[in-house]
Formats: sequence, C-alpha cells, structure tokens
Amino acid sequence: MKFVKFLLVGVVFGITLTKAEIISWYRIYEMFRFQSFHMYGVIGSAVVLGVIVIWFAKKTSLKGMNGDFISMPAKEKVWVRYLVGGTLFGLGWALTGACPGPIYILIGNGFTIFLVVLLSAVIGTFTYGLVRDKLPH
Amino acid sequence: MIKFLSQPWPWYVAGPIITLNMFLLLYFGRQFGVSSTLRTMCAIGGAGKVASFFKFNWRDQLWNIVFVIGGLLGGVIASQFLQNPKPIQLNKSTVAELTDLGIEDAGKDYLPESLFSWDSFSTVKGFTMLVLGGFLVGFGTRYAGGCTSGHAISGLSNLQLPSLTAVVGFFIGGLLSVHFLLPLFV
Repeated sequence: MKFVKFLLVGVVFGITLTKAEIISWYRIYEMFRFQSFHMYGVIGSAVVLGVIVIWFAKKTSLKGMNGDFISMPAKEKVWVRYLVGGTLFGLGWALTGACPGPIYILIGNGFTIFLVVLLSAVIGTFTYGLVRDKLPH
Repeated sequence: MIKFLSQPWPWYVAGPIITLNMFLLLYFGRQFGVSSTLRTMCAIGGAGKVASFFKFNWRDQLWNIVFVIGGLLGGVIASQFLQNPKPIQLNKSTVAELTDLGIEDAGKDYLPESLFSWDSFSTVKGFTMLVLGGFLVGFGTRYAGGCTSGHAISGLSNLQLPSLTAVVGFFIGGLLSVHFLLPLFV
C-alpha cells in the first residue's frame, strides 16, 4: 500500500507530460532551435514555482509525512562532471527527443521502439558505473 | 470533462503540475529524479557484482520504479482516453526546417515515424541513432548525477549552482546535437 501514492503521482506525471506534448520529439527539437516558448514555459514555470515552494518550506521548517524537514541534499562542489555529463546527456536528449521520464511515458503511449532507447540508457548507466573511477569529476 | 482534458495542455498548467509532483515526492521523504531508476535497474540486474557503484540497497529505490511505472500507465491512459486528433501546433519555421531535412508531416504525431519505428530500427542509421541516443542519455545523466527532473527542476528550485552547470551542459549538448549530430541520421 505504501507504494500506491508513488504510482498515483507517476500517473499524473505521465498524463501531464503526454498532454503538454513534453514527450514530443518535435517539442524538444523546437526548444533546442529556440523556435518556441512552450518548453521554456513548462520548465521555467516549474522552476519559478519550485523556488518559491522550496524557499517557503525551508523558511517555515515544513515537515514531510515522516516528520523530517523537507530538504534536498547538497550537490558536490565540482563542475567537470556536471558540464561534461550534462553535455553528453544533452546530445542524447536532442537525438531521441526524450529525457528519462518521457522514455517510460512514450512506451506507455504505445511507442514500443522506446524499449530500445530504455535498454540502451540502462547500458549507458551501467557503462558509467564501470568506468566511473577513471573519469574526471 | 474528457473533451476538455483531451485538448493540448498549455505550459502554465504543465509547469505547476510538475512542481507539485516534485513537492509531493519531497513530502513523502523522497527526491524527484527519474534517471536514478536506470541505476536501480542495473543494481536489480546484479551489476553490483562487477562495479561498486551499483552496490547499494536497491529496495530503498523501489518507490522510484513504481513512480516510473505510474508514468508509463499515465502514458497508456492519455493515449487511450485523452487522445487529440489534431496535429501539434509547431512553429511554422520548425516545420519548414524539418521538411527540408526530409521529415514530413511534422507534428502529426508525437514523433517522426521515419526515425522512431521498428522499421527504422532495422536500418544501420536508425539502429545507431536509437542506441547511441539512449546510451548518451543513460551515461550522461549518471555522469552528471541527474537529468531534467533532478537538475533542471529540483536542483534549480533549490538554487544549486552544480545543477545550473548541468543545465548549461544539457543545452551545449542539445545545440550541438540538433546542428551536427541529428543531420547525420535523418
């Protein structure tokens, strides 16, 4: 039963990303060509509202359902991994038109070819795990 | 109601719902980050035997697998009950540009069938694009420690500089891809 809430939030996430066309390869292409405001509006409004919500949660010491303060762990104070890793991800994002969330949602929409993209992404993550110690971070 | 929900949802509806998703997961004591599920799947598959990066208690991450199964179900629901027969309203210059590249009927479906089908998968070009694209997504997100949900939404909401660096990377990669990589495959 404790998993039901995650399933429901996921369902809302999947319907939203489908209906707002965020799963569309064309929308991602348009975004990287700066030809539409749509994706900037989606991410921008989510972030602006997110900044307000997180600020408010911290200011009021808001607690989650298990009694802990709502917080996010700080990320490492380095930059190579974020810039290089981010760039590699960006190359793949524009090619497939899908970041990880939409990969799952596209499969649900019946685009079963994204099972290939998902499997390749798992292999990509596995490869990172293998060579991690040899990479600059 | 169904008819109303079946229209394309504007950005100012989708953005706040994504923030709500992030907040609910935080309220449940979890972090919004989809790419972590790829690492979890490696761990479930036994990758911990060959790389310490996958040696962690993946049972603690099962909630995230349930979340993406929910996402997949959301896709099923949207495609079965909330269909919209009209094409996506793309910028006319985008459509013209894609036609020049050889992609017809831009916006008719969520993605161009000429690039994303089992037929295209059986060609060298199509196979390479799908496998390379997926690989870069999986490798890049883990190297960067997050994807759009973890960095662009969660990290920026928390005003974290590393996440801004990652998002700058996403755009460097995306721009390079649409200008140089993608034309090789269409």
